[in-house]
Amino acid sequence: MKTVTLTLTNPSELYIEGQNVTPDNFAGKKAAEIAALDVWEGKQKGPLGKYFTVEGDGGATAEETKIVLRGDCTRVKRIGQQMTAGEIVIEGNADMYIGGWMKGGKVHVKGNVDSFCGIGMEGGELIVDGNAGHHLGSSPRGEWRGMQGGVIRVAGNAGNDTATFINGGTIVIGGDADIHISTHGEGGTVIVKGNARGRVGGQMVKGDIYVYGTIENPLPGFSMVDEVEQEVDGETARFVHYIGDLGERHPVSRGKTVYANLYTRL
Amino acid sequence: MPKRVENVGCPYCGVCCDDLVVTVSDDGKQILEVENACAIGNQIFHHATGSERVKLPRLRQPDGTYKDISYDEAVDYAAKVLYNAKKPLIYGFGSTNCEGMAAAAKVAERAGAVLDNCASICHGSSFLAIFDNGYPSCTLGETKNRADVIVYWGANPAHAHPRHMSRYSIFPRGFFTGKGQKSRKIIVIDPRHTDTAQVADIHLQVKQGHDYELFDAFRAVVRGHEIPEEVAGIKREQILEVAAIMKKARFGTIFYGMGLCHSDGRNHNVDIAISLTRDLNDYTKWTIMAMRGHYNITGPGAVWSWQYGFPYCLDLTKKDIAHMNPGETSSVDLAMRDEVDAFINIGTDAGAHFPIEAVKHLRKHPWITIDPNICMASEISDLHIPVGIVGVEVPGIVYRMDNVPIQYRKVIDPPEGVISDEELFERIHQRLSELEAEEAAKEQAKVTPEGVRAESEP
Amino acid sequence: MSELLIKNGFVFDPLQGIKGDRMDIGVKDGKIVEPGALSSPKTIDAAGMTVMAGGVDIHSHVVGPKVNVGRLFRPEDKLFKSPHKSPTCSRMEMGCSVPSTFKTGYDYARMGYVFVNEAAMPPLHSPHVHEEIRDTPIIDIAAMPVFGNNWFTLEYLKNNEIENNAAYTAWLLRATRGFGIKVVNPGGSEAWGWGLNCEHIHDPVPYFDIAPAEIVKGLIETNEFLGLPHSVHLHCNNLGNPGNYVDTIESLKLAEGYAPKNDFGREQVLHITHLQFHAYGGDSWGNFESRAKDVMDYVNAHDNITVDIGQVTLDETTTMTADGPFEHHLRGLNNLKWANVDVELETAAGVVPYIYSPKVKVCTIQWAVGLEIALLSRDLMRTFVTTDHPNAGPFTRYPQVIAWLMSRAARDETMKTFKWLERTIDATSIDGIDRELGLYEIAQMTRAGPAKALGVGNTYGGLTPGMDADIAVYALNPEDMPSDPAMIEKAFSRCAWLVKDGIVTVRDGEVVAEPAKRTVWVDVKVPENAQVQRDIYEHFLRHYSVKLDNYSLFEEHLHNPRVIEVDTTQ
Ligand code: SF4
Ligand SMILES: [Zn+2]
Repeated sequence: MKTVTLTLTNPSELYIEGQNVTPDNFAGKKAAEIAALDVWEGKQKGPLGKYFTVEGDGGATAEETKIVLRGDCTRVKRIGQQMTAGEIVIEGNADMYIGGWMKGGKVHVKGNVDSFCGIGMEGGELIVDGNAGHHLGSSPRGEWRGMQGGVIRVAGNAGNDTATFINGGTIVIGGDADIHISTHGEGGTVIVKGNARGRVGGQMVKGDIYVYGTIENPLPGFSMVDEVEQEVDGETARFVHYIGDLGERHPVSRGKTVYANLYTRL
Repeated sequence: MPKRVENVGCPYCGVCCDDLVVTVSDDGKQILEVENACAIGNQIFHHATGSERVKLPRLRQPDGTYKDISYDEAVDYAAKVLYNAKKPLIYGFGSTNCEGMAAAAKVAERAGAVLDNCASICHGSSFLAIFDNGYPSCTLGETKNRADVIVYWGANPAHAHPRHMSRYSIFPRGFFTGKGQKSRKIIVIDPRHTDTAQVADIHLQVKQGHDYELFDAFRAVVRGHEIPEEVAGIKREQILEVAAIMKKARFGTIFYGMGLCHSDGRNHNVDIAISLTRDLNDYTKWTIMAMRGHYNITGPGAVWSWQYGFPYCLDLTKKDIAHMNPGETSSVDLAMRDEVDAFINIGTDAGAHFPIEAVKHLRKHPWITIDPNICMASEISDLHIPVGIVGVEVPGIVYRMDNVPIQYRKVIDPPEGVISDEELFERIHQRLSELEAEEAAKEQAKVTPEGVRAESEP
Repeated sequence: MSELLIKNGFVFDPLQGIKGDRMDIGVKDGKIVEPGALSSPKTIDAAGMTVMAGGVDIHSHVVGPKVNVGRLFRPEDKLFKSPHKSPTCSRMEMGCSVPSTFKTGYDYARMGYVFVNEAAMPPLHSPHVHEEIRDTPIIDIAAMPVFGNNWFTLEYLKNNEIENNAAYTAWLLRATRGFGIKVVNPGGSEAWGWGLNCEHIHDPVPYFDIAPAEIVKGLIETNEFLGLPHSVHLHCNNLGNPGNYVDTIESLKLAEGYAPKNDFGREQVLHITHLQFHAYGGDSWGNFESRAKDVMDYVNAHDNITVDIGQVTLDETTTMTADGPFEHHLRGLNNLKWANVDVELETAAGVVPYIYSPKVKVCTIQWAVGLEIALLSRDLMRTFVTTDHPNAGPFTRYPQVIAWLMSRAARDETMKTFKWLERTIDATSIDGIDRELGLYEIAQMTRAGPAKALGVGNTYGGLTPGMDADIAVYALNPEDMPSDPAMIEKAFSRCAWLVKDGIVTVRDGEVVAEPAKRTVWVDVKVPENAQVQRDIYEHFLRHYSVKLDNYSLFEEHLHNPRVIEVDTTQ
């Protein structure tokens, strides 16, 4: 694996849109070619090298390419967007859409990220050591085929609208989650290890949600069915099991109605 | 002889009354009388000729005062601001006709700007819900002719849309509703005891911020499931009673307002209201409608959808493809995050409506206000360009809250020399094209507008 | 004005019976002229290429409120799916299944089309339709107001008052600057006002005491009484359901005994649109099957009927129709987002995204049904290419449809991707059809036929001197047709040249000019009719939510009109 290190030495006045910063785009390119890739600051298209110093060449393929971002990327959007393989490490914070529409590979952010990270995700791994903003692992506007696969791990808290229209994959939030989790969900798993504020699983058709802490405002459309013991994220614990959203439509499989499951830890 | 102009549309609220009769003075300059309008509508017309109007663009001077300049100079200034900014924002369109909105889009596309309208801070959440869940709706005449159950949810038309109840919902006698109010059940769902709630048969005082839970409960009940004894401050029996009324209706309409789309969860409250409407259509006929505020705030959503496929929050900075994602490309978010470097405020008052923090960020950069009148935004701008008042001095198409286009008329001339939004944007577009051509001719031409920045403390 | 000579192409013009002759076409002042009439023309070398009149689309949803709902409520139809703006075009081109107005105009032009008939205009929304026409570049557009659920129409026809209905029709065409009589699910969309439907043509319409069959017959009589350029244009009842071919044939029979009366060269009294959606057998999705043959046997034997196919293209698309109850039904099948707009006194509309997947049996049968209709037709001057854009697929897929019609190999190629190939073959006759259409037949189905059926064959759809100089040149040599059907598709996707009104508009598949497009409408002069005037006054006073004087389109909102005049008072 070859490593390309980008250091933000000449920060932008506005925000940078860096959708070209992916192993897919860097693969097979020399440092100078990478520095010539387009990024946008508003309507101005400029070479990556205008803002970042670039050290190291890309690997032969995306899989063999690792990108390390240094410097304050708080105002850099879309890193790792649509990547299919390889690795990205962001040493500090980053802005929106990090790992958006990812299909494979791994993104590791050591700081915080803003909203829409892991949006439209199909595969791969997005790890955030800090907090995430809103719409984590959510679907893009109007798209009913939300997160399809992959894993998102956020050590800290997440904002609202996590996993809207989730269809598959797993999201693990180490801290608390704000309102709306898995709204309109039709599959997948969301695990909140802290508390959830409310509207957990609203309009949900299928899929699983685990909340270890409390749910401040539970929905009337979820109804308790039993207590179960389950292994979740490597540990076994007892949960109260609810099904819902009873207000929503549900498919019938082999004569039985399939509901979404909500588990709260005992 | 004073002249009577009939079938005049009212350029105030989304009810878009088009039955006004306006009497104009002999010389065609004064509005003498307005018939059929409500008090607010009445005022809008009288205000046009009653108040002192700005007749020329005004440019900020070094001493902080404004100086009158010509339209040519103002057009040049605006074009250069747009041309030089990396990410200019054009926002507003609360009181513009569709022709003006179409012309503004042409400018935004050419300049590589973000284009947004007031929905961004009011019914934008409705769009998000529509994107996710659709919009089973109807025209207002359908409600008038057929509805036997009306729900106002988080809406207070008695204040915000004064003639809504009499023209379309509670009181009118329609084709199948000849008994008027007597043939209708009125349900108001609102945490406040509003004037609209006074005329309701049933008022559910939902706990502030818990509408989503109440909708969830209605949906569960409609599907025949049990619900807790109390949801969102409403007793189970009442929920069951209202759900039964809804299911038994022949034709129902849910009108919802800012109380729903602006409380906690915003778009999701509307989204689940749409889900409930969908559900009810398995039993009978139900429709839903947003109580859009301004008379033509539905317009930009229509015009920009046919031009770009997005109703608001359009990022056109790439000039060859449009991007929309409210939360990122929405005006207040852009301003709060300091993402834009020039601002055109048109036909609204961002100075009054945006959070202070957003205004502070925007004030760091050039700020132009396009508005017939003096408002907070015009007073903190670097340039104020007056335009004719749509529906009074400028005709054009507007879209009512139910997306029905209404052709508005002109009743008097604008003050001498004052041009329309449409003409202004066409001229800015022309100037932008010239600047591009100049730039192409001599590469370096980094044209800087003449004029002085306003003091940055608002 | 400029002169042009299109030299040496293989010309296909069914209106003149020209079948691929090598000849020159002259253009002067925006009209076709004899080449000899030119003095110093610019020349376009069309040697080795196919020359046809500009394409004419008889049924497509391109402008108006429900199209715009489709755009508005599907941001995902733009994301990663829109092309970057072409540097030779003046505006961005957004959208995929429901393109923006700009993209609509550009894409039609690139395919060599010049005229599109917007298939459904809700009269109350006509100012909206005309605003979108203003923003649609290049192509001429006509828009048909919908009548089949209109209260005036229902009331007049219930009492068999054809003359009154005709007077009202003339008034509405003028008020909306409309083109002809569109009928969508007659009676059913009014029933939808109560959440109901009229599935069969003898189901009574609630409260109005009339059945769909009487509505259709009454409108045919009205249409011929007025002598409009186009015939009644019908979207039948019971769209999309297994077994509906019975209702369709019953609807077709309603035209029996009627003969066309008009001065526009039209020979049919009834146009049935998107026939593919109406030619199904079986009584459930399980035994769903094609009945294209039964329906086409009837159509082939009755020449007062024309049809368009409504070909399913196996894409993700957006369905939209004034058939409100159908869209509600569809959203129950796929559970996707659903928009609905009931329009007071007039009509309804629904919009639902839909994915026609080659993995779904019903979808692949639908695909076969459309092609069967075309390939079983014995008169391609009465059978037209459409996809009921965007309902069965976007219009940008016409080149693919043409390739399927012209090449068995293209059909086989597509069928290979079907998950339920055997079942599709069993349920249809597609595998037994070897017919491959030629360029002359394609010209019949895409320009000459539709233009004639619309009653505009004196202006569009042909290359006779005096007609509009709308000419498409395709890089296809009829003497040396490519063996790879993909090349046919490519040639029809991006024409080599499009001349519109005598102006070179597309060159090598790129839009190079944006000549002003027109709004085509029909102005019918009828005798004064006091009763109809009174009825209009009454309904506007009591039942409409807008004032009568604000309903009729203001002249300033009509853009580049081309009016077709009909005088019934003579
Ligand atoms: S209700 Fe609204 S539109 Fe009607 S007159 Fe009053 S302010 Fe004007
Ligand atoms: Zn159609």
